Amino acid sequence: MMEELTRAMVQWFPFLADVPADLLLLAASVMAAVAILLLITVYVLAANWGERKVAAHAQDRLGPMVVGWHGWAQAIADALKLLMKEDIVPRLADKKLFVLAPVIVFASSFVAFAVLPFGEGLVASDLDIGLFFIIAVTSMITVGIIMGGWASNNKWSLLGAMRSAAQIVSYEIPVGLAVLTVVMMAGSLNLQEIVGAQEGGFWNWYGFPLRNPFTFVAMIIAFVGTLAEVNRTPFDIPEAESEIVAGYHTEYSGMKFAYFFLAEYADMFLFSALLTVLFLGGWHGPFGDAIPLPGPVWFLAKVLFLVFVQMWMRWSLPRLRVDQLMYVSWKVLTPISFANIFFLGLWMVM
Amino acid sequence: MASYFRDLWLGIVTILASMKVTARHFFIPAVTLQYPYERRKLEGWQGSAEKVFTRHQLEVDIDDCIGCLQCERACPVECITIETIKTLPGEDLGKTSTEHPKRLWVAKFDIDMEQCCYCGLCIYPCPTNCIHMTDNYEYSVYNKEKHLYHFGLMTETEAAAKRVQLEEAQRKEKEAKAREPKVSKPEKPKKAAPEKGSEGEA
Repeated sequence: MMEELTRAMVQWFPFLADVPADLLLLAASVMAAVAILLLITVYVLAANWGERKVAAHAQDRLGPMVVGWHGWAQAIADALKLLMKEDIVPRLADKKLFVLAPVIVFASSFVAFAVLPFGEGLVASDLDIGLFFIIAVTSMITVGIIMGGWASNNKWSLLGAMRSAAQIVSYEIPVGLAVLTVVMMAGSLNLQEIVGAQEGGFWNWYGFPLRNPFTFVAMIIAFVGTLAEVNRTPFDIPEAESEIVAGYHTEYSGMKFAYFFLAEYADMFLFSALLTVLFLGGWHGPFGDAIPLPGPVWFLAKVLFLVFVQMWMRWSLPRLRVDQLMYVSWKVLTPISFANIFFLGLWMVM
Repeated sequence: MASYFRDLWLGIVTILASMKVTARHFFIPAVTLQYPYERRKLEGWQGSAEKVFTRHQLEVDIDDCIGCLQCERACPVECITIETIKTLPGEDLGKTSTEHPKRLWVAKFDIDMEQCCYCGLCIYPCPTNCIHMTDNYEYSVYNKEKHLYHFGLMTETEAAAKRVQLEEAQRKEKEAKAREPKVSKPEKPKKAAPEKGSEGEA
């Protein structure tokens, strides 16, 4: 995609032909990064408002109503407030790590957006190991969270960070194994090719139980696992406000808190997008070409639906206990995903 | 092993059940009242449009007050202070809207809403229904002296002048009485207010 972008730049602005190709490539990359950053920012503002509305209506309330039509600008007002807030670094905190942690958390989920295919060919970096890249890069989130929790020099932060590390490490295994089933089916780690293998209609999606029951089970496992990886209810143990205040970001305020917040919502989008790509046919419409909408629209619609389901679950389920969390991961999801892979292998051989 | 799968099945079923409950609530209209923009209209206990018997700000229709002091006595926190002055011999204050004759100037009628406990006990004894609660529940002020509501007809100086006039008139009457040995009116030294109350109820 980058090469196409540079070619288009040269085509529109002929005087750019003399510029070295590497420089053009860099410019194109920066443009793509800014575009994705803009997408994330707009999405986070919208999702923040949406989450409040979903939360409110799930409890028969109205939610924000004052700022703009049905409070649509409330998230913008809150973002401005966060920007203007005092940026406090605790006196006994490890300052370097404290400042670095939110950047790492946000950067590691932002980098993963590079390989997400928003449409046919609409991907910042068409890596052949895209899936592997996402799983590898998102593991860095744990590093950032532990760093933040440790550097805050606060018992709640440290507890939250430790819980988060335990949780993410545990749930990466079933998620990885569930994702493996799709790799077995598609025979590729390239996200574009995985989406390409699900062309046609919803009956060709890996998440459709009649196409393949094992990938359907894998989708459920991956959904539960990613829910735990983004620390959403019922797996919000790392930031359980009734137990440990706010978990690893207890001491953060202002812009640094905004980074954590941005990262959490970006992660929700990222993992929903991953599930969409792997199990819900990516940019393909549910009825083949029957409804002629552009690919990115379908893609965003599916992702936002999954984000909505995450919010829906948040207001339905109570928080798990730590031992229950470990039970679900090690005694339920992991063995089932192993069995799943085994039976899928048999299915494919026969 | 069987219990493992039963628990698993139960887990899935209960998650779906709870999501169904939440989904149903998405379609239930919100119960929120957008307070500063919408206000709940308070219905009076007794359905009366004019005299609302909710537990909010007290209001006195001072033109109907006969100065019987029954509300002052009923008040458990003593937030009502009333001072009355007898009418001068020639003065006629007319009647209340409930046809009670008014025989006293209600010089001072203060209600301290700071102290009011909203029990409503002052409302029931009133023979002319002049003290009542309104449906106003928003009367916060920045200065707490403003919660001392004055309903009296006279200012301090007016009341003092009236008292001087009354003393003057009473002194003249006494002198006149001293000249004529016949005693005509025994009710003069007694306070008039309590009788008024017992007279009440039209």
